[in-house]
Amino acid sequence: MAEEEFTDINGNSISLDCQTRSAFCREFTVTSPKLSLRKVMVYTCFVWLFAYAVFFFTENTTVLSSAIILTLAGMMIHIHFVKVDHETLLIIGSLGVQLSSFYASGRESTIFIEMNKLKDIVINEAVYMHGIIYYLCILIKDPADPETVTSVVPLFQSSKPRLNCLVQVYRSCQEILAQFR
Amino acid sequence: MVLKIFFPQCCNTADSGLLVGHWIPGHNSAVVLAVIHYPFIPGQVKKYLSELQSQTQVDLTVLGSWSMPKEGQEGMDSFLKDLSTIFPQKCWLQLSREIGKRGFICQVVQNNGKLLQDQEQKNGDESSEGDKIILIHYDQRKVMLSQLHPVQDVGQKSDIEPSELRLVFQTVAQSQPLFFLDKYDDGPLKLTHWQSEGREASIIAELLKQASVPVCIFLTWLLSLWHWFCMVLKMLFISSKLSTCVQSGYRTVHFKTVFSPKKAATHMEFMRKANIFVSFLLDIALGLLLISWLYRENRISKLADTLVPVADRVAKELQELLEWLMGAPAGLKMNRALDQVLGRFFLYHIHLWSSYIHLMSPFIERILWYVGLSACLGLTFALSVLSDIVALLTFHIYCFYVYGARLYCLKIYGLSSLWRLFRGKKWNVLRQRVDSCSYDLDQLFIGTLLFTILLFLLPTTALYYLVFTLLRLVVVLFQGVIHLSVDFINSFALFAIGQRICRPYRLAEGVKFKVLCQEPGTPLHLMMEINPLKCSSVLRCYRTPTYSCYPKDSWAALCKKLFVGELIYPWKQKTDKTD
Repeated sequence: MAEEEFTDINGNSISLDCQTRSAFCREFTVTSPKLSLRKVMVYTCFVWLFAYAVFFFTENTTVLSSAIILTLAGMMIHIHFVKVDHETLLIIGSLGVQLSSFYASGRESTIFIEMNKLKDIVINEAVYMHGIIYYLCILIKDPADPETVTSVVPLFQSSKPRLNCLVQVYRSCQEILAQFR
Repeated sequence: MVLKIFFPQCCNTADSGLLVGHWIPGHNSAVVLAVIHYPFIPGQVKKYLSELQSQTQVDLTVLGSWSMPKEGQEGMDSFLKDLSTIFPQKCWLQLSREIGKRGFICQVVQNNGKLLQDQEQKNGDESSEGDKIILIHYDQRKVMLSQLHPVQDVGQKSDIEPSELRLVFQTVAQSQPLFFLDKYDDGPLKLTHWQSEGREASIIAELLKQASVPVCIFLTWLLSLWHWFCMVLKMLFISSKLSTCVQSGYRTVHFKTVFSPKKAATHMEFMRKANIFVSFLLDIALGLLLISWLYRENRISKLADTLVPVADRVAKELQELLEWLMGAPAGLKMNRALDQVLGRFFLYHIHLWSSYIHLMSPFIERILWYVGLSACLGLTFALSVLSDIVALLTFHIYCFYVYGARLYCLKIYGLSSLWRLFRGKKWNVLRQRVDSCSYDLDQLFIGTLLFTILLFLLPTTALYYLVFTLLRLVVVLFQGVIHLSVDFINSFALFAIGQRICRPYRLAEGVKFKVLCQEPGTPLHLMMEINPLKCSSVLRCYRTPTYSCYPKDSWAALCKKLFVGELIYPWKQKTDKTD
């Protein structure tokens, strides 16, 4: 179990949690910062003031009720589909790698990649917006053709940790993968 | 190498006994399928396993022993070790569980007597690290019923070697005969598996299964009669044009698939049958809903009463349009003689058509009443009938479009050929290219004269063509929308979506693992759950193929056709035969 001070590429603080389940099974959890109450209040007030202004000119109450419904629906969609609470990477030697994202509403989205499809886990560079970032990714191969990389699956896409965090995860994963290469 | 043991959850609390299962070839893993309890006779166990092997095509063997000690059964350990000599194996598993502890203790004895430990070395030094063991718990019933996507059939020979998880799923699914013996059977063997508490079945399902075979045979016979009747009708040219006939032919093909007495062999066939059946039921339900809405408050008579005035109105609008074209439309100056000829020609057609409608008007209500009843065959049928009615009512627009297009096409063709003559060239049919040619003087004279005439008559013809093409496109668009909705109802995989919502473990995209709580001294325990397929993948995978209306040409080709004057049929339907 290890917890240190890490930040993501935008400077928000995140936390990394490494759990060693057994000699060949490790779980890494990257937790994003939670939904900030201040932002929610600001957005809600902005939308409702705008609705009041429109109501003042049109004298139509449907504007107000539609603004309320819109705010509620938007908030529900945001916490169910957009806001990621934490992401985990579970690596089980000789079985495979499992990636899951847990959303703020509790929804879980998981994919499992078997060992025979996994070529390697590497740190890549990418041009993102106006800068260059590092990201950890899994190289997928077709079992019939082991030399070519068919696709690349990036990890921790919502939290986007910085290089120091990625290096720690990378080293841990490589220790396990080395045993089962 | 790590040894992976797939252990069913139902056997977590089973009494001590023998583990029966299958070693996955090529991977260092084993699937435990059931536990045979004491007392048993080894000879009978071997006989039973070989019987099942021939039934299920799965290589079932005794994997090892399972011990869940209760009070008064302490002397089991030595007994368990002796069993490995009776059932000779490459690897003998000894799983045991102590009361009060949640983890299992696992020991693996290999053929040469070497004992492998699962204990974790505290320092993790490489030299004494033995092989490791992972115990993966799975829900036997769900894994048996589930289908991994992308679907690969068992009997199919494929180049891709199935992965370990796929082999596990296939093994459990194929071992269904093993799960037929439950604890109430008076056989020599007592087994524990997911169905050992009693086989689950439903009287209604069994009765339906028994009744379905004669019903299917009868319906297939009826369908063959109907098919013969349709063959006779197909002789008529018009039947391929009417979308109602196309839809009914399509439904016949569907019924043949659904009502065939042969049982569905593969998963895809079964899903296809179920989807067609359920979507047909939905279709009928929607059609009956439509009928109940139409026939309440006598709406259908009101509809029939408004039909003739609407047709009259359309005719009047067309007349006004033609009179506008015959004058000076949008300020353009037309060639008066040609204008009058074309205008009068079309006006006479409209006069014929409206008198025909007036002739039909007393019968319209009756006809519409009976045609409306056809909606009980399904909403798709009603929509096809609507599309056909629209096509019949706008038949005059179609005729005008054809006349205008043909005239325009001839004109363009003539113009291009005479333009070549004007420049002294000729189209060589043999070589499919333009060659130079020397014409005689009188050929040149007549050619140039005709060219001039055609050129100056071009704006008039082009305007008529433009107007009627636009009208035709409006009608085609409306028919296209109807066909798209019919297509959607036909191809929507309702049964698959229902399965995904109500029984999500049936359609699996993959698996999920969860690490169960650790106790020191026990191997790693994982819980394997099924990750259901996403709804969008379900729709894409199980979409019933239809005679879908794709736009036949791309936009560029369509524009070119419109410019040249070729007749366009933008919604070409895919048929089985190549026409």
